[in-house]
Amino acid sequence: MEATVTADMLEREKAFNDRIARGEVIEPKDWMPERYRKQLIRMMSQHAHSEIVGMLPEGNWITRAPSLSRKASLLAKVQDEAGHGLYIYSATETLGVDRLELTQQFLDGNAKYSSIFNYPTLSWADIGAIGWLVDGAAIVNQTALAKCSYGPYSRAMLRICKEENFHHKQGYQILSIMMQGTAEQKEMAQDAVNRFWWPSLMMFGPSDANSPNSEELMRWKVKLHSNDDLRQRFIDRTVPQGEAIGLTFPDDKLKYSETTRSYEWGQINWDEFKAVVSGNGPCNKQRMQARKTAEENGQWVRAAAEAYAAKHYN
Amino acid sequence: MTKNQALYEYALRLGDTSLVLGHRLSEWCGHAPLLEEDIALSNMALDLIGQSRLMLAYAGTLEGKGNDEDALAYHRDARQYRNLLLAEQPNGDFGYTIARHFLLSAYLVTLYQKLTKSSDETLNGFAQKSLKEMIYHLRHASDWMLRLGDGTPESKQRVQESLDACWLFTDDFFDADAVDAILQDGTAPDLADIKTTWLVTVTSVITLAGLQIPATTNGFMRSGSRKGNHTEYLGHLLADMQFIPRAYPGTKW
Ligand SMILES: [Fe+2]
Ligand SMILES: [Fe+2]
Repeated sequence: MEATVTADMLEREKAFNDRIARGEVIEPKDWMPERYRKQLIRMMSQHAHSEIVGMLPEGNWITRAPSLSRKASLLAKVQDEAGHGLYIYSATETLGVDRLELTQQFLDGNAKYSSIFNYPTLSWADIGAIGWLVDGAAIVNQTALAKCSYGPYSRAMLRICKEENFHHKQGYQILSIMMQGTAEQKEMAQDAVNRFWWPSLMMFGPSDANSPNSEELMRWKVKLHSNDDLRQRFIDRTVPQGEAIGLTFPDDKLKYSETTRSYEWGQINWDEFKAVVSGNGPCNKQRMQARKTAEENGQWVRAAAEAYAAKHYN
Repeated sequence: MTKNQALYEYALRLGDTSLVLGHRLSEWCGHAPLLEEDIALSNMALDLIGQSRLMLAYAGTLEGKGNDEDALAYHRDARQYRNLLLAEQPNGDFGYTIARHFLLSAYLVTLYQKLTKSSDETLNGFAQKSLKEMIYHLRHASDWMLRLGDGTPESKQRVQESLDACWLFTDDFFDADAVDAILQDGTAPDLADIKTTWLVTVTSVITLAGLQIPATTNGFMRSGSRKGNHTEYLGHLLADMQFIPRAYPGTKW
């Protein structure tokens, strides 16, 4: 009995791998290896949590935006990120988990989110730097994911990328205007880039040699490019943009190479990355606390909504 | 007071109320009880900030001193602000925010409905556009009044307490003065009429939610927004909001 199941499983797994190899898109009702499902749930929920935690550093400046139009566009941007979170949670639910369960894992500290959001936003320029660099890095990642093998994730990425492009432009514009302003404004913009540059490069994750999930994810075409490739792509497109408005980068090894037609650059501080990922970044505690507080303060509201629905819709 | 001065004051009242209320709602972004509410509250904040930009720009034109929306938003102190007192009250818990928004959006729906018939073209156009938005706000807030009022015993008690606390500031909505008198030429509605309609709207929802209309006869009601007599909260809100333009005068962002 057991032998047949195993043989059957092997057969199915082979058929699945063939589909992937042919470049077919896997849909929720299709058979998939348990491990594929698990990896996707892990990746997609991390992504959704990141969108949600990502609301906090930028949300920090909504009340202090320097003009009414900036206030409106920042608010709209952060709201988009909430929408991304919601959308990716829904896409994850197609794999047979629910949002509540995923949120709980996150609140219990058992799920990761992007390390970048554990850095503080100290000035208005940080809003520009986040839009330009952080959304810029997200675009590079998500454009690649838009071609991934899982249908709902790939479609979510396509839709989200459009908005991220807009965020990216908006962030760049904030910094451009500051770079045309007073000496104080220029200094503020440069300082933001100095603080956010390396953490943005860390967003692509560890080097491929040290990325435990990479090999498997690439075999399944969940990931189509290595972390290092995507990071390089980001650097190559971002550095000229910064230089165009007079910004510099905090990396004295950064240099364009005519031979590779690409930038050479320095060394990421992986100790810092590990510290931030394991909960010891500058704002990890505050970010988690903010989400927990929102969850706790909302408990009586959700309970009321449930009680009301039970009374009136049953 | 000339008609122009009265209109200027009137535009400030509308613009400041939207701005301050929108600012308060925006403080929820990232902290709401449900992700769906993060989105809904941000959306409503965006509507209100959009409304305030239209009215402050109009006020700037009427004033004729070259002040644009940002000059008016960022360079007036609390005493010059004309927003309704309820709009500036801190968010409290979600129930307080809902009760506050319920009372205010019911007021703004009623007011904007009348303003769609205003003889002033700008006010008229503003009201046409904003009314649709505020009708959605009122529906959203009313739905929550029902859920909280008819949810659990805890939610009922909480939202009733918030409603009572907010109610103290509702006389301020209808505090007609010389500005309103001058604009009784078809420009702006009679606030006594607005009050009658508003009371019918809020009473029906409050009753349906199983809540009590707060007692007013013995209660002390707060007003003063028309003259810029605010609660202490507005100054802190403005300190946050105006920080950058005040700290770096003459800069563009
Ligand atoms: Fe996003
Ligand atoms: Fe974004």
